[in-house]
Formats: sequence, structure tokens, C-alpha cells
Amino acid sequence: MSVLAEPMAGSRARTPAGRAVAALNRSVIHVALGLIGVFWLVPTLGLLVTSFRPRSDIQATGWWDIFNLHLTLENYRQVLEAQGMLQAFVNTVFIAVPSTVLPIVICALAAYAFSWVRFPFRDTLFLIVIAFLLVPVQVAFIPLLTTATALVPDLQLTRGYVAIWLAHTAFALPFGIFLLRNFFITLPPDMIEAARIDGASDFRVFSTIVVPVSVPAIAAYGIFQFLWVWNDLLMALVFVQDSSKYPMTRAIQNLLSQYGTEWHLLAAGAFLLMIVPLIVFFSLQRYFVQGLLAGSIK
Amino acid sequence: MGLAPTPAVPAQKVSTPDLTAVRRARTPEGPNYVAALLFLLPAAILLVVFLLYPSVYTVLLSFNRGRNGVFEQWVGFDNYVRLFTDPDFINLLWIVFYTSIVIFLGLIIAVVAARVRYESVIKAIVFIPMAISATALAVIWKFVYSPDANIGLLNAVLGNFGVSPVAWLGDEHIVNFALIAVGIWGSVGFATVILSAAVKSIPAEVIESARVEGANERQIFFRMILPMVSLPISVLGVTLVVNVIKLFDLIYVMTAGGPGKASRVIAFTMYQQAFTAGQYGYGSAVAVVMLVVLIPIMIYNVRRFRTASVT
Repeated sequence: MSVLAEPMAGSRARTPAGRAVAALNRSVIHVALGLIGVFWLVPTLGLLVTSFRPRSDIQATGWWDIFNLHLTLENYRQVLEAQGMLQAFVNTVFIAVPSTVLPIVICALAAYAFSWVRFPFRDTLFLIVIAFLLVPVQVAFIPLLTTATALVPDLQLTRGYVAIWLAHTAFALPFGIFLLRNFFITLPPDMIEAARIDGASDFRVFSTIVVPVSVPAIAAYGIFQFLWVWNDLLMALVFVQDSSKYPMTRAIQNLLSQYGTEWHLLAAGAFLLMIVPLIVFFSLQRYFVQGLLAGSIK
Repeated sequence: MGLAPTPAVPAQKVSTPDLTAVRRARTPEGPNYVAALLFLLPAAILLVVFLLYPSVYTVLLSFNRGRNGVFEQWVGFDNYVRLFTDPDFINLLWIVFYTSIVIFLGLIIAVVAARVRYESVIKAIVFIPMAISATALAVIWKFVYSPDANIGLLNAVLGNFGVSPVAWLGDEHIVNFALIAVGIWGSVGFATVILSAAVKSIPAEVIESARVEGANERQIFFRMILPMVSLPISVLGVTLVVNVIKLFDLIYVMTAGGPGKASRVIAFTMYQQAFTAGQYGYGSAVAVVMLVVLIPIMIYNVRRFRTASVT
């Protein structure tokens, strides 16, 4: 428990008046925290309630009019089928899964080399990777689009998913390598040397020792990267040019520009986008928070 | 549910980029070029193709007119002159208000919530916006800000006090503060979790002995807690500034930089100039400015890492 949870009343307020002041202080704290809780929950709850209200009700009264509450799944049916959100959901999975698996594999390999393989300029190269951490994706947009079109016009990389997979992977590398290398380097050297003396190759040491014992760190990174890609709009705007392959973020942005006031569709669409991150958040909270905090440098 | 890091992962190794955890790996024989090459090759190819080469290309293109993304006519510093004489982005406003208020609220919530039993619940509630997409955040708040008092909660509440509906996102004098408020709402949870961990790392005996000496709660906060969390606050501040420089999705979805150009941020301007207006040269210059602004932070990171390696 925290040092600050120590009630003030305990040590000093021994008089009845002192106890009253302490009680008052505590109720001020409860009220303030209650207001904070309300302020952070109500906007999201309002949209959630709206996503289940019939269109005619939404236009007649606000969602807070809970005495006339009729609930329906019609909005979800409509947005999934007529507005193509089901396809967009599938597209998001198609984008997010390879954009998570590829960085994990490539980062783990590189991080192993930076921690357990000896070669010249190892530390200098690693510092360059750290320097790459903050390179904004914007510097890559124009060259990648123009060069990709100029070099391989027939491939039309941005028509499929290849462009966005590779772009997400490349920009995930500096952080992933940094994070995993810092974890790998803390593994006991004896463990790795013992395997080498037994004649294990580097790849064997990597795949049978380093990766299995690093699962928690790899999981934290994987969850962070998965949600990063799942929630991304900017990369999808630039690297996914075929409208039948748009992820949910782009589909919702389209809904908003076409039907800016059709809140029954927007609310349902937004919740379909949020549902996976919320499930991940509530079920894998401890990995999730670790990954996100580590990601603060990204 | 606990937001605090658990022992499953050595928390400091993962939860904060712990630069002191560097130990020289002992490797048996001489350099192993083959292994190094094989393990590094995939990463090296991607980094060169997607980060290094584009950065050089973008820097060169920023000195060009570059209408179609190709080099056509060199214009020297024209793009930069235009960018600095007529900057159409307001990141500075974000840096000032967003950064300071997020840190302030995060610290207050971290310290106050630590006094109650439902601390983890409060932290989880405030943290939820960090999990969801900025696109969803934008929809949630466009809804709250709706100028229709039958739809937008904010105007409905004000309506009860006789205030006529305000176009929060349609008024150029209000729009940026309305957006910054959304940004703050989205980021306070992050600050709370980081600062909460920092506050809890202060040894209990230190605070207790100050209490015994007769320090009151205010003195404990300003004279003890605040100085002891100043390093986490500065790291957090840097992170938030980086957030502001990279801010895009929220603005693109909520206002598309409008009304007019009132709410444009630098990452939005880059996208708009390059891909909507077709001004690739100017767009490149904007991207280069983003990169240059981040360079001091990169140098700081590298320095911090090297110091940690030496000790």
C-alpha cells in the first residue's frame, strides 16, 4: 500500500474536532474522485447507449433520457452489413496480425545479435537504432509512394496489404529492438555459454533458450504493437489505397465524412473499433500497461 | 485489477526504458560475422529501405518544388521560408496547454487516488482512453460536442443553465481548446500510471518521519513528493511533447484542420500539403522540420543510453 494512503486522522487528529476535519477531508477526496470517474466514463457510456438506440429516438431526445429507453441491435446490423464494417473488421485483422508477427520475429533476431553475438561496431550500430526511435513516419511517405510506383508500377504495392505490413514493421523495429535487447541482455550469461559449450549454434541458443525465457517481454511488446496497428489511421490513409481493403479506422472516418450526423451508425461503428482493444485491456492489463509504458519512448 | 507492474516481467526492464540495466554480454570467442549478418539482415534491410533512404530523399526533396514527388526544380530554401513566414499549425498551443495540464492532472489523481481503497478502479477508468483508437476517441467527443442540444451532452448541460448551443468545433477561437481538452482526456491516464509508480517508489519511512517532525500534508507534497518525482515528470513531459509533434489522427477525424486552417497541427499540414494539395516539396520541408525538432530528443536518448552503458 502507498505511503500516501496513510490516513491523516491516524496519527494526529485525536480531538473530536480533529476527527471531524479529517472525515470532511476524506469526503472531499471521495467526491473529487467520484467526479473524475464520472468525467472519464460518461462520454464513452453515452456513445455506448446511443449505439443501441433506434435512429428515430436518437434524433428526438438525448441518450441521457433514460426513461424512454428502447434498445435495438439494428444499428450494428446496419453498420456491419450495409456499411461494410464487417469487411473492414476482417481487413483490420488482416493488417494487424502480420504487422505484429513480422516485427516480433525480426526484432527478436536483431536484439539477439545486439546482446549475444560479438561483432565489430556492435554498440555503435545499436546507438544508431536508438537514434532511429523518433524518426517520424512522415519522412517516409513521399519517397516510399513515389519510389514504389516508379520502380514497380505493376506491383501496385499500395493496392494490397504488402505496403502497410512492411511500413508498420519497419517503423516498429527501432523500439522493438531496443526493448527486447534490453531484456535479452539481462539473461544470465552462464546459461548461454553452457549451451554454446555443448555445441549449440547461435540459432539454437536463440530459439531454444533466449526466446522461451523471454516470453513475457515478447508478449508485452506484441500486445503493444498489435494495438498500435489496430488503432492506427495515418498509415492506413497513406498505404492502403484500395477501398475494399480499408481497415475500420478508415471506414469510420469515411462514415463520418458521408453521414456526419447519423449517430446510430457512427456510435455502433466506433464501438466495433473499440471492442478488441477493450477486451485486450481488461484481460491482459498487466502486459498491456507494461508495453504501453515502455512505449512511452516511441 | 492492478495497474501496477507485476513481477512476471522484471518490471523496470520493460515498463520504463531502463537504461541502467545494461550489462556487457560475455561472448566466448572472437567476432562471429556470419551469425551477426544473418540475425541483423532482415532488420537492416527494412531500416535502410524504409527509414534511412526515405529520410535522405525527403531532405533533398524539401529543397525542390517537387510537384509530383519527383525532383523537377530546385528552389533552395523557398519551402522553408514559406513554412516559417506563414506557419499554418498551432502545435505550440498544444505543447503549452496539453503538456502542462496532463502532468498536473496526472499528478493530482496519482496522489489523491493513493489515499483510497478503490485506487486501482480509478486508475483503470482514467486509463481506458489510452487503449482505444484516436479515431474512436474523435467520434466519442464529436458526439459530446455536437451543436445539437438533443445530441451533444455538453450543449445539453449548458442549455439547462440557459446558455445557447456553442459550436465547439466550428468556432476558430474555441476549436483548439476543445481539441486540447480531448487530448488531455485521452492522456491523463498515462500520466497517472507513470506518476503513481514514481510516487509509490518514495520510501514510506521518509514521508513518515517528516510527519513525525510535524510537516503538514501540503509541505509533504511540495517539499518532498514534488522534488522526488521531478525526473519522471521531465521524462513524461518529453514524451508528451513528442506526442504533440506526431499528433494527427485526432485532428484529421475531428476537424480536418478546420474551420479554415484554425486547428491544423504540423503532422496534419504535412499530410494535407503533400497528399491533398500535391505540394510534395513543401510537404517534405514540413516533414523535415518535424524530424529536426525531434533530433535534440534523439541525442538526449542516445546520451542517456551511453552514460548508462559506461557505468
